[in-house]
Amino acid sequence: MAVVELKTITPPTGLAEFWFYFSRNKGAVIGLAVFLIILFLAVFAMFAAPHSPSIQNREVLLLPPAWVEGGRFTYFLGTDAVGRDILSRLIYGARFSLFIGVVVVSLSVVSGVLVGLIAGYFRGRTDTIIMRVMDIILAFPSLLLALVLVAVLGPGLLNAMIAISLVNLPHFVRLTRAAVMTERTKDYVIASKVAGAGTLRLMFLTILPNCLAPLIVQATLAFSAAILDAAALGFLGMGAQPPTPEWGTMLAEAREFIQRAWWVVTFPGLAILITVLAINLMGDGLRDALDPKLKRS
Amino acid sequence: MLRFIFGRLAVLIPTFIGVSIIAFSFIRLLPGDPVMLMSGERVMSPERHAQLMADLGLDRPIYIQYFDYLLNLLQGDFGSSIVTKRAVLTDFLQLFPATIELSLCAIILAVCLGVPAGVLAAVKRGTWLDQTLMGTALVGYSMPIFWWGLLLVIFFSGYLGWTPVSGRISLMYFFPQVTGFMLIDSLISGQAGAFKSAVTYLILPTIVLATIPLAVIARQTRSAMLEVLGEDYVRTARSKGLSPFRVIGIHALRNALIPVVTTIGLQVGVLLAGAILTETIFSWPGIGKWMVDSVFKRDYQVVQGGLMLIAAVIMVVNLIVDVLYGFINPRIRY
Repeated sequence: MAVVELKTITPPTGLAEFWFYFSRNKGAVIGLAVFLIILFLAVFAMFAAPHSPSIQNREVLLLPPAWVEGGRFTYFLGTDAVGRDILSRLIYGARFSLFIGVVVVSLSVVSGVLVGLIAGYFRGRTDTIIMRVMDIILAFPSLLLALVLVAVLGPGLLNAMIAISLVNLPHFVRLTRAAVMTERTKDYVIASKVAGAGTLRLMFLTILPNCLAPLIVQATLAFSAAILDAAALGFLGMGAQPPTPEWGTMLAEAREFIQRAWWVVTFPGLAILITVLAINLMGDGLRDALDPKLKRS
Repeated sequence: MLRFIFGRLAVLIPTFIGVSIIAFSFIRLLPGDPVMLMSGERVMSPERHAQLMADLGLDRPIYIQYFDYLLNLLQGDFGSSIVTKRAVLTDFLQLFPATIELSLCAIILAVCLGVPAGVLAAVKRGTWLDQTLMGTALVGYSMPIFWWGLLLVIFFSGYLGWTPVSGRISLMYFFPQVTGFMLIDSLISGQAGAFKSAVTYLILPTIVLATIPLAVIARQTRSAMLEVLGEDYVRTARSKGLSPFRVIGIHALRNALIPVVTTIGLQVGVLLAGAILTETIFSWPGIGKWMVDSVFKRDYQVVQGGLMLIAAVIMVVNLIVDVLYGFINPRIRY
């Protein structure tokens, strides 16, 4: 007698489906791995960094990297003009960059989604006023507006983050508004309205979850853009102030040594590039996995 | 069409007023009042302070001050520098050609490399060429351009000694500025080697400023091309036996370029933001460097006027892009 084995096929969970599409993009997986390494280094900086980021060793000023003649393995990426270990400063700097990214994205996502929801849901005059205000913010080059805002608020990391969040705001407002406007008239929203759902319930529980996909992708892009902008402000002397080991600030301090000591300029920028690239690679993978319209394109 | 243009113009008015409110309030949001800012470290008696406030009209209600400001703007008075006493508009007009020259060169470079790269990647989709091109584009898109500029200076100026580090032209050459565009002026001057010198000074800043727009345009062209290549009319063109070059170059590219034109237009803001960093690195005497210097010199009148002028330029360019878009794509005219 033949035994028929019945295999029950369970449908993939949302997470499994997400991972299926995300992992098909090799670049995204590499980006995720690099990002996790940077995150790990940032969290455990006190164990990962070979030296303190702020101790100045007068005996090793502008020491070249280990593989260059005259370099030492204890200072693997060399030292800067006051004898601080560049590798340790970069590892501690990862904390600032990731922190900036998290704060800026949280600030601009929360406020942008709220304002965008209001504009897209209520339409009419509220919508017009909100969108005109966003147009005004968009009329300035983002970095210039951030620079001027920091000039008003005073240079520093916190003010730089506030300025960058404000500059990022219109993108989230526009995106949320557009998504809400397409969802608002769909049958499931009307059904839930007929069933007696209140305005807040409709906005936050019925409509918002269905608008999340493009917002998550945009948030990833804003994360990397925030790191770049904060580094640019630091480079211009308006972001984090020395001796903070923020990557852009480190570059600004290193500028005068570009002809003598290439390593003090090269590594902080490389750290910015690798971090931003990893996040952007992840963003591409997220878009493939979350945006049904672009799936398998 | 005229209705469309006027419609777009009407939308600009509230934005312009909003921008002017921001520029107006900027100075008033700073700690201390304008008179204290002007006097700097010097000590001033309260009577003198009050008199200066009255002289400058700063003791009047804030809305009257704003309308005054708006009236001045409409007459072309954007204030004058506290440091040099020169009118902001004069400085702006003198420095703007340098920024336009740099930005134009950058956008031309970005389009000339970005569009073919995007088309090639789309046509050779999935191959190593596609992956290399798009990988490079993503690196360009993620590039901190202030660092990229420094690297190029280290290598090309420091190590190879091919290009100069900063400025617009070698100090050996001197000629009157007719157009403000160094490339044109150096040609008009007829001095031997002047044009070549201007070109060598322009190369590195152009590459740095073009990097991000180039990456954006390449990525945008690829995705627009991929969409169009799947269309029926492209298949029809192929089945008619047209050469691949003709199908891609004429049938597909022309339609794929429509969204790309918008992208190029949107790069104006990106270019001006990039100009702030690029001009600072290369000491390029344009409005980006001018704004940064003014922020550091606390010359807030210049910052205020500059903000207003730059925003006005961006608004006008966006309007032009909108109108051009209406010409290329009649479907969106309304």
